[in-house]
Amino acid sequence: MTTFLGMPVHAPRGVGHLRASEEFPVAARRALADTQLRRNLGKATTTIRAKRAVVVSELPDWEELRNAGQAIKAATLAGLGGYLEQLESSVTARGGTVHWARDAVEANNIVTGLVQAAGATEVVKVKSLATDEIGLNDALAAAGIAAYETDLAELIVQLGHDRPSHILVPAIHRNRTEIRDIFLREMGDVSPGLTDDPAALAEAARQHLRRKFLSATVGISGANFGIAETGTLCVVESEGNGRMCVTLPKTLITVMGIEKVIPRWADLGVFLQLLPRSSTGERMNPYTSMWAGVTPGDGPQSVHLVLLDNGRTAALADPVGRAALHCIRCSACLNVCPVYERTGGHAYGSVYPGPIGAVLTPQLTGIEDNASLPYASSLCGACYDVCPVKIDIPALLVHLRARHVEESRRAVPSAEAITMAAASWAMASPGRYAAAQQAGRAGRLLGRRGKISALPPPLAAWTRARDAPVPPAQTFRQWWRSQHRDDRPGSSVDGPG
Amino acid sequence: MHSIVGHVTQIALFATCLADTLFPDVPRATVTVLERLGHQVMFPMEQTCCGQMHVNTGYQREALPLIRRYVNVFEPYELIVAPSGSCVGSIGHQHAMVARRHGDEQLAVRAEAVAARTYEFSQLLVDVLSVEDVGAHYPHRVTYHPTCHSLRLLGVGDRPLRLLRRVSGIDLVPLPDAEVCCGFGGTFAVKNADVSTAMLADKMRNVLDTRAEICTAGDSSCLMHIGGGLSRLRAGVRTVHLAEILAST
Repeated sequence: MTTFLGMPVHAPRGVGHLRASEEFPVAARRALADTQLRRNLGKATTTIRAKRAVVVSELPDWEELRNAGQAIKAATLAGLGGYLEQLESSVTARGGTVHWARDAVEANNIVTGLVQAAGATEVVKVKSLATDEIGLNDALAAAGIAAYETDLAELIVQLGHDRPSHILVPAIHRNRTEIRDIFLREMGDVSPGLTDDPAALAEAARQHLRRKFLSATVGISGANFGIAETGTLCVVESEGNGRMCVTLPKTLITVMGIEKVIPRWADLGVFLQLLPRSSTGERMNPYTSMWAGVTPGDGPQSVHLVLLDNGRTAALADPVGRAALHCIRCSACLNVCPVYERTGGHAYGSVYPGPIGAVLTPQLTGIEDNASLPYASSLCGACYDVCPVKIDIPALLVHLRARHVEESRRAVPSAEAITMAAASWAMASPGRYAAAQQAGRAGRLLGRRGKISALPPPLAAWTRARDAPVPPAQTFRQWWRSQHRDDRPGSSVDGPG
Repeated sequence: MHSIVGHVTQIALFATCLADTLFPDVPRATVTVLERLGHQVMFPMEQTCCGQMHVNTGYQREALPLIRRYVNVFEPYELIVAPSGSCVGSIGHQHAMVARRHGDEQLAVRAEAVAARTYEFSQLLVDVLSVEDVGAHYPHRVTYHPTCHSLRLLGVGDRPLRLLRRVSGIDLVPLPDAEVCCGFGGTFAVKNADVSTAMLADKMRNVLDTRAEICTAGDSSCLMHIGGGLSRLRAGVRTVHLAEILAST
């Protein structure tokens, strides 16, 4: 590992799945018109929201747990370099091998090389956002290696030649009839009489996957947590397919974002209370797999950990923005977000959608490559309320908007910048402000029966769906002046005596 | 926390630029209620805007003079009220942050002090003036939408509902999914007009389901959005600010 001295690098272009082909408002408009999508998402998020609310309300110390989670993450990031080196030592001491990947290209090359060295042409995968982020399946395919997703929802996405649309439930945008159709079309070895009964669908997937588990010699996973103190890697899941992937193959390769390290074994106790309740609305998830290095004669005998940066140190360099790296990928913020619930995850164009995606993705890629994402929120704050590690997502959105505006100030300002500067100039002086109010009263000419049905740009978007109020005959300050003299504390008329 | 009961209190009114310009009945109603309760209201004429629109759109440099103006204008007053959860939320959560980001620690400290004395209307009535029955009469079927910033930034909780429940003649009906955002979001309503409209549609459906004739809230901005949608639908439902209901007799 050579030391890289210089500015942190963003996730590179042309590889992985962090960049959209179009801006959020354009993609969102198409998603909003998809009635099936709206129904699927509305149903799924409503169900998960209710389950989460119940199990969170059971814990009297939920706020203390959130505070603890936030404190552990902040302390970890403050000493990230040291903890990562400690993790490397711990994993190495227990027979594993650690690889450092500056970006998606390096990570893909490392993993591909390891699979080739193992002589494999097939791999089974645990659901992993990090490997989706870097586009590992594409890289493996280019090297002639078939990657089989074994998480049920990831399998649905893969068979449907689709993209994940949710952090926890990548196929949340599909209903069971759509899933049946995908299985019938793509699985090959499935009974043509398959129904859309959930148990039948699960059984079809189980039969399909079992053959892969028994033949694959390489498993690939992500990691929810990597414990520096012990070298333990941890995957949290519901189906047991992850357990198969991390125990059956001879070689196990784990790709982990560097922010997933936690210092101590004891820290896991906090996060294993926060994560299942926040993500699936369960008190405890069914399968928690943990392994440290190699255990002779038991499980994979060749164990690798790829530590992935891919823009994370660039996020770390922003004292405000770095809080996005606290995320434990529970997806509670997606499930409560009124924007996400209506657009779904594809509109965000990144494997990290929803509120957390809107603050994480632009930091990984550089804001200019995802400039519409920080604006994809009404700043309603529901995400902050449910975040198990108390990431103030609305404040981060506002921060990233400011960074975007500052980074794109040009010699020739945009129309928006001119408008904002003019509004600031007008409102910085009561005289100019009152004059602007008077000018705005020209809007009265647009009014019909107390409302305005069409405004000129840039406000035309307002009146596409909403009437606008007609400016009143008298502003408040005009009315006040007609009734009172100027108020100052200590003034003769109204001030404190 | 101020708690001033039983004697005349001098209160400076921050009208907010939106209500001053487009909804003057809202600050007028605020004055009416406070004067009816025996308090003295002052309106510093040098006030303009809290700067929230600039901050939330990314133009913090342009917000800075507005924040400085707010602090300069309201610093002499002991108690400040605004009929807006969103503006008070911005004053409390953004003013000092923007000042610090621009290296003005002195302004940040002053802004924090002024923000600590700035109350949203329902907070002022319930927490500071210890009043729930303001002597209002309003014989209409009303549903209340808790605006996001009043609910989640300020934590006004059920204060507005406690005030409304004490209004005589009112038929107050609960709003389904009340705590879901209406989709306004400032410039979000224009930059992401389609998503904003989709959120508005669900809010309007819930409002219409209540069979209320009035939808009320503590923010003129959200009401302009909800009311603009209802008006476009000719839905037969109006939006009225909380202060206007409390001012009615």
